[in-house]
Amino acid sequence: MGNLLQQMLVGSVTSLKIFALTLLFSLPLGMLVAKGRMSKNPILSNLVNVYIMIMRGTPLILQLLFVYFAPYYIFGSSYDRFTAVIVGFVINYAAYFAEIYRGGVQSIPVGQYEASLVLGFTKTHTFTHVVAPQVVKRIIPAMGNEVITLVKDTALAQTIGVAELFRVAQNASARQFSTMPIFIAGVFYFLMNAVVSRSFDLLEKKLNYYH
Amino acid sequence: MEIVSVTDLKKEFDGLGVLKGISFSLNKGEVLSIIGPSGSGKSTLLRCLTQLEPVDGGSIVVNSKTMVTTTEEGKVRYADKQTLKDVRLSLGLVFQSFNLFPHMSVLRNITEAQMHVLGRSKSEAQQVAKELLRKMGLEEKEKAYPCQLSGGQQQRVSIARALALNPAVLCFDEPTSALDPELTAEILKVIKDLAKEKMTMIVVTHEMAFARDISDRVIFMDDGLIVEEGSPEKVFGDPQSPRTKRFLNRYEQD
Repeated sequence: MGNLLQQMLVGSVTSLKIFALTLLFSLPLGMLVAKGRMSKNPILSNLVNVYIMIMRGTPLILQLLFVYFAPYYIFGSSYDRFTAVIVGFVINYAAYFAEIYRGGVQSIPVGQYEASLVLGFTKTHTFTHVVAPQVVKRIIPAMGNEVITLVKDTALAQTIGVAELFRVAQNASARQFSTMPIFIAGVFYFLMNAVVSRSFDLLEKKLNYYH
Repeated sequence: MEIVSVTDLKKEFDGLGVLKGISFSLNKGEVLSIIGPSGSGKSTLLRCLTQLEPVDGGSIVVNSKTMVTTTEEGKVRYADKQTLKDVRLSLGLVFQSFNLFPHMSVLRNITEAQMHVLGRSKSEAQQVAKELLRKMGLEEKEKAYPCQLSGGQQQRVSIARALALNPAVLCFDEPTSALDPELTAEILKVIKDLAKEKMTMIVVTHEMAFARDISDRVIFMDDGLIVEEGSPEKVFGDPQSPRTKRFLNRYEQD
């Protein structure tokens, strides 16, 4: 049992790495995608829209397989599995985050931009000091949903052979002819997400000083 | 001294003329009210002046700086960036819906532009803001957020926010239309006090008694044109155009 828990902790570390690296890259990438999607250039915005449609319209598991195996067919070799997992997760989650950002930015009343303009703010200042802080507050519930889903989605990394928490549990389960390890894994995911939801709750409270 | 001069201003929305050639000027210390039915172009005129809408023809000169001109061939030419910024800052605008920044305290709503745009130090900006809040009767509200204030208080903060940049002209776009009669009186008093201090103002309003009371000059607009212009005694007491008479009669019936 002690051995099993140790293995599952190692698997959890891999899951957490996927989780953290995905957020690290997809959160800023999503901003670029959102900017492209809102671009006045129709070619760019349509192109970005197609990308978002593919990312949201096909299974993440398929995207992971594609990201890992496509280079084999094209170049004859691929990057390591873990890198492929990160690339797959980042491009998928960036699409979802982009749409959340876009919703947030477009929900800011036009009067906020007009007041900024009349007061002489630069475009950058308007975005960083007027729009962005209000967007953050508005998108927290939607972002919370997405980040919680990401914790559970890390289990898909095993499809291209990365031994994260769920894979470790399944292996142990097969060895021991018992479903117990899988249920223990469930508790692990639950605890991780308890931390995530609590963090989002706190953030929401912190920004509750205005509405 | 002429501070704003507008000549043959034109604005269209999707081919529909909203301003069909507006000309007027404003002297320093003068209070000009613009009245007229909804859709007559009053607000659009203010929005063109404050660069919220691009014009389709005519010229605007503010503080002897040419903001926009139109060539004989009808090409609209805006001034360079710096001039546009100077002109923008010399025209303050108070919105119908206040448009305060909800995530900033009252004090920061008033200091933000002073610091970021005029480059004032924090202590200087706060001093200016506190002085203006005192003037608006809101000195105890500097730490509050806009959502904790009444509509009238919010509008007073937004007037303070505009005044903090020392505009040469303060423009009001129906400043009381979102307020109930009690709060309206509160805002009208503030504007009246500013008029007493010889603040140059353009007030777009539906408050006829108020316009009559505070204005040096009144413009009646209808369908994108200035129908009548003159002293309040003349426009309200002895209107020449049948259109003005009809409009003012409506108000007297109420």
